[in-house]
Amino acid sequence: MRMIIKGGHVVDPGRIDAVADILIENGRIADIKFPGKENSASNSPSSIDSCADLEKQVDRVINAKGLYVVPGLIDMHVHLRDPGQEYKETIETGIQAAAAGGFTAVCCMPNTRPVNDNRQTTEYIINTAKRLQSVKVYPVAAISRDSKGLELSEFGELFDAGAVAVSDDGLPVSDAQLMRRALEYAKGVGILVISHCEEPSLSHGVMNEGLTATRLGLAGIPNAAESVMVMRDIALSELTASPVHVAHVSTRESVRAIREAKGRGVLVTAETAPHYFTLTDEAVGFYNTNAKMNPPLRSVEDREAIIEGLADGTIDVIATDHAPHSVLEKDLEFDAAANGIIGLETALPLGLRLMEERGLSFELLIRKMSKNPAKILGISNDITVGAAVDFTLIDPARIHTYRVEDGFSKSRNSPFDGWEFKGAAICTVIDGRVVFES
Amino acid sequence: MMWSKKHILDMESLSVEEITAILDTADGLKEISQRTIKKVPTLRGKTVVLFFHEPSTRTRVSFDIAAKRLSADAISISASSSSLVKGETLVDTARNLEAMKPDVIVIRHSSAGTPFLLSQKVSTPIINAGDGMHAHPSQALLDMMTVREVKGRLNGLRLAIVGDISHSRVARSNIIGFSKMGAEVRLAAPPTMMPTGIESFGVTVTYDFDEAIDGADVIMMLRIQKERQRNFLFPTEREYSRRYGLTLERLKKAQPDVTIMHPGPLNRGVEISPDAADSVGSAILDQVTNGVALRMALLYLVAGGMRNADDH
Ligand SMILES: [Zn+2]
Repeated sequence: MRMIIKGGHVVDPGRIDAVADILIENGRIADIKFPGKENSASNSPSSIDSCADLEKQVDRVINAKGLYVVPGLIDMHVHLRDPGQEYKETIETGIQAAAAGGFTAVCCMPNTRPVNDNRQTTEYIINTAKRLQSVKVYPVAAISRDSKGLELSEFGELFDAGAVAVSDDGLPVSDAQLMRRALEYAKGVGILVISHCEEPSLSHGVMNEGLTATRLGLAGIPNAAESVMVMRDIALSELTASPVHVAHVSTRESVRAIREAKGRGVLVTAETAPHYFTLTDEAVGFYNTNAKMNPPLRSVEDREAIIEGLADGTIDVIATDHAPHSVLEKDLEFDAAANGIIGLETALPLGLRLMEERGLSFELLIRKMSKNPAKILGISNDITVGAAVDFTLIDPARIHTYRVEDGFSKSRNSPFDGWEFKGAAICTVIDGRVVFES
Repeated sequence: MMWSKKHILDMESLSVEEITAILDTADGLKEISQRTIKKVPTLRGKTVVLFFHEPSTRTRVSFDIAAKRLSADAISISASSSSLVKGETLVDTARNLEAMKPDVIVIRHSSAGTPFLLSQKVSTPIINAGDGMHAHPSQALLDMMTVREVKGRLNGLRLAIVGDISHSRVARSNIIGFSKMGAEVRLAAPPTMMPTGIESFGVTVTYDFDEAIDGADVIMMLRIQKERQRNFLFPTEREYSRRYGLTLERLKKAQPDVTIMHPGPLNRGVEISPDAADSVGSAILDQVTNGVALRMALLYLVAGGMRNADDH
């Protein structure tokens, strides 16, 4: 299988920012040619220069003129609901949505049924995804058995089975001693710890604590419910000299704490989700359960701090927290509705929108959605000859309207239905094969 | 005015003209309750479903009497007595209620926003009889009716609301309703019971009871719920009543003709002393009486009494 991605604007942040042709052979980059320059990057016999009519010999030529060609987007926080809640999403529908959103890899959280705290579940996820030959799925296993917060799961076994990280996502690790030991033990295994930061005794609410909650008569969750745990985990990371990755940062206090910790050299990294840099708690409007998630949508000041944190490098990653729910969980009283929204098919458009609105660079977005998650997860995705790299082709000019009904996800719980966007992923290339194009 | 509002969901969505129309209608209907035969045929043949997902005797009985005095058939469905509610989704509940072909659905629910969500799913007029911490419009309207009856006006009056503002739908609805009608609203509570951002409703906020009732024309005391103690909102009832309980001594700060109100049921000796509750200015029982007339007005208006035929 040979493929040329021709004439695209290749952006590999910090490395390449130029128009180039990329020859892919059996899933590896065989050559990169920069038109106008004398030599190609490779001297191999199959280099683009060496054969004038190479284009006729390859299986596929993708005309990427006017498109960005970037190392595949990686979403390090999704919920695929499989095994156990396949009526919400399956590995298959989840990765179709991911591919359509321009993602070439996702990390799936362990709050499945059963909880992914065991080799069988981890292997089931990996094998199912492999069979589908599409988006790569990296399982995140549970920190504690059954995510109950009482005893550690077998990090070593889970790592060997293919888990890339551990997290009790959906639930906080309340016990500080358990978190301390998890961080220490993970260091020995070489597995990443991802923390869902929430102090449960402060979070008996259903939306952000603020004027909108007061107006609607809904119980509020204060910012401190998140930030006190972020501060605790920073302290524990410092104590154990073990890295911690903070999931879905939503508050200005968390951003400030992470910024300060990074300045001190603490091994902390962080992600936020598109809804936190796009919406505020006003999106709840009149009890819109598609604006209900945990952590909740916050205030304008928080949203601004999140954007600032993305711009200055405090927040490393944009991850979706893609959380599919059916009408059974969402078409309910606001108090009773489940937390979470789907996000795989809107993340890139929302990211592009942010960059345009705030005058931020495209390169910055690709760092947040591809390079930084790769680095944190220990995946190499440099666009270089010889490397097995996946690609996302992005048309920055395409105007489109997101219709949740037309989405690939099994679920429909998005607050962005009907939004008009400029810019979209139009082709996703994984292991040298096109898995999605539009 | 021609009545055109389909649902009564909260005080935010009612205009000054609509509030005035409701209060005027209630004033007119009050006379029926003073007759020997307390019944008029106005809503004969109409069905009112009283859907009470959360236990409430007072409000349900008040709506029930109101419906009966207008000759409507009132059917009560409560969470505890009905298989309609247990484990059922809101959509199913809505469809089931609709299938009974009622002319009005009166709903009480423990989750804020449920009457609104229901109004999106059914074509029947909805009256909110209290939803979570959100709204209790019929209570606020009967409070306004009572004050207007005693004082002759609402505009320019000083109203003090004292107690757990945070968890009170009665407080929220009265804050919005009285402010809309031109009254000056002051709130007093310990900071633990004051909701975030309430100042932006145009009220004055204080933690000092005496300051709040200084010169007040109306004092509205809210019921203190014992279970709130578990959420660390206040140390003890004893301490609460010392700092925020209404007594005859404290009443001296208010206007000499101050009207005292309470949505009930009273915790005598906690938020209000027995002698204050029974003092000359107390309008607590008038509130109950007016509650029936006010609810008759709401049923009458939304069930088609004065509704524009082509409004849906
Ligand atoms: Zn989480």
